[in-house]
Amino acid sequence: MINQLNPVWQMGLIVLVVLVFSSVMVALMRFLRPQGNFSELSSRIKAWWIMAAVFFGAIAVSSRISLVFFGFLSFWALKEYITLLKTRAADHRALVWVFLSVPIQYYWVGTNWYGMSIIFIPVYMFLFLPIRLVLARETAGFVASASQLQWGLMAFVFGLSHLAMLLTLPAIDNSSANGRTLLLFLVFVVEMSDVLQFVWGKTLGRHKILPTVSPNKTWEGFLGGIITTSLAALLIRFLTPFTPLETVGVALLLTVAGFFGGAVMSAVKRDFGVKDFGGLIPGHGGMLDRVDSLCYAAPVFFHYLRYFHY
Amino acid sequence: MTARDLVQLTFFALVLRPFLTLFIGLRVRGREHLPQSAPFIMIANHSSHLDTVSLLGLFPLRKLSQLRPVAAADYFERNAFVSAFSKTVFNILPITRKKITTDTNPLPRMEAALHAGQSLILFPEGTRGSGEDLARFHSGAAHLIEKCPEVPVVPVYLVNMGRSLPKGEWIPVPFFCEVRIGPPQKFQGNCREITAALETAVRQLRDL
Repeated sequence: MINQLNPVWQMGLIVLVVLVFSSVMVALMRFLRPQGNFSELSSRIKAWWIMAAVFFGAIAVSSRISLVFFGFLSFWALKEYITLLKTRAADHRALVWVFLSVPIQYYWVGTNWYGMSIIFIPVYMFLFLPIRLVLARETAGFVASASQLQWGLMAFVFGLSHLAMLLTLPAIDNSSANGRTLLLFLVFVVEMSDVLQFVWGKTLGRHKILPTVSPNKTWEGFLGGIITTSLAALLIRFLTPFTPLETVGVALLLTVAGFFGGAVMSAVKRDFGVKDFGGLIPGHGGMLDRVDSLCYAAPVFFHYLRYFHY
Repeated sequence: MTARDLVQLTFFALVLRPFLTLFIGLRVRGREHLPQSAPFIMIANHSSHLDTVSLLGLFPLRKLSQLRPVAAADYFERNAFVSAFSKTVFNILPITRKKITTDTNPLPRMEAALHAGQSLILFPEGTRGSGEDLARFHSGAAHLIEKCPEVPVVPVYLVNMGRSLPKGEWIPVPFFCEVRIGPPQKFQGNCREITAALETAVRQLRDL
């Protein structure tokens, strides 16, 4: 019966099972070790319930709603990044354009204009922002401003908009895959990998990978996380056109990309001297703390698909 | 409820509150210090037009009509439109900053508002600054507190407002802004001592 469900709802069911399982596990741990402190774990899982509900709501109803949702995701991530920058008074008008480029980029994505959505930020905004900065007639700190703003646009607007671009991909022949199911595959694999790397790292972690950047990332967590995630990806292969071998390969690619996304954003936080990007999601930090891996994994996945399957 | 109250309430509910939550992403620290009963005097640093909007946005809609941001008449009454807008939406108490005569003395007007049960929002810096450092506080707020020592004073420090919407700009950039509210206090002493104490109270919130 489950096989007759639409793949999006099948996936919803799987996520529901995973969430119920985690909540039951925490309840069980509370029962077995009443003196232990599980409040952070419990608030994290609670946040996962809410995020999963919001995410499914945003992608299941209509593509217009999905577009607004991902646009808002980019906007919020960009806000968190820009707030931590040391901006100059002379950057004000350029910053207005930086934020305006969010709806513009998502408009291109929404109209399915692939060429424009792929060059708007890397080409046109890249050329335009320094012009706006020059017009403000302040040269001290010019290069820093131009580079930091463009970097933020690339990571949080261009990069994250690939999530919405996935939704514009048509159905693939001889499989139940389409843009929406592929998006679900990506998000599930990347978020699962974040969680499993965390779990493996907490339980077995000994050898740090990047101690100066992200002291919580260990080889044990990394390897355990990407291997178990890639195996778990086999369970949701019905969302993709991949063979079993390709599924594992793609999952490895995504988890490694996601790992580096997280590491890059950790380095950004270190540089700014903060622990989290914000306080939007209890137990997780800001929006950026949750989507950091996707900033890397989403473009990689999208262009992999476009090259090999479309 | 007057027609003005209704316009203000609607504008806050439909435009300014969503703007503060979804666009600015306003964070509030020390919300528990917000006084439950009027009147009180709220003092804050000043670097942006967002300051008043954010402070008024802290309160339940039904309490909006009891709040009077004290504003410079030479700026907010510079033309009919700005004057009507700021009186309708922000319910400002316009005061004279320069060439004060007996007729235009702001003190009796502020006292009268407090006696009528209205709370005041004051920016003792007297004008919008760059947002980077606090300017020296003027003595007007202290004069008022000296005359009404029983009214609680709530110090507030506003973060990033001047980055989001600095003086001279009209389009806000959505930096996250923060309101830090300190515990209500009562001040005693002479005007100079109160001015210094107010400045210290706001500075302490800045250095949190």
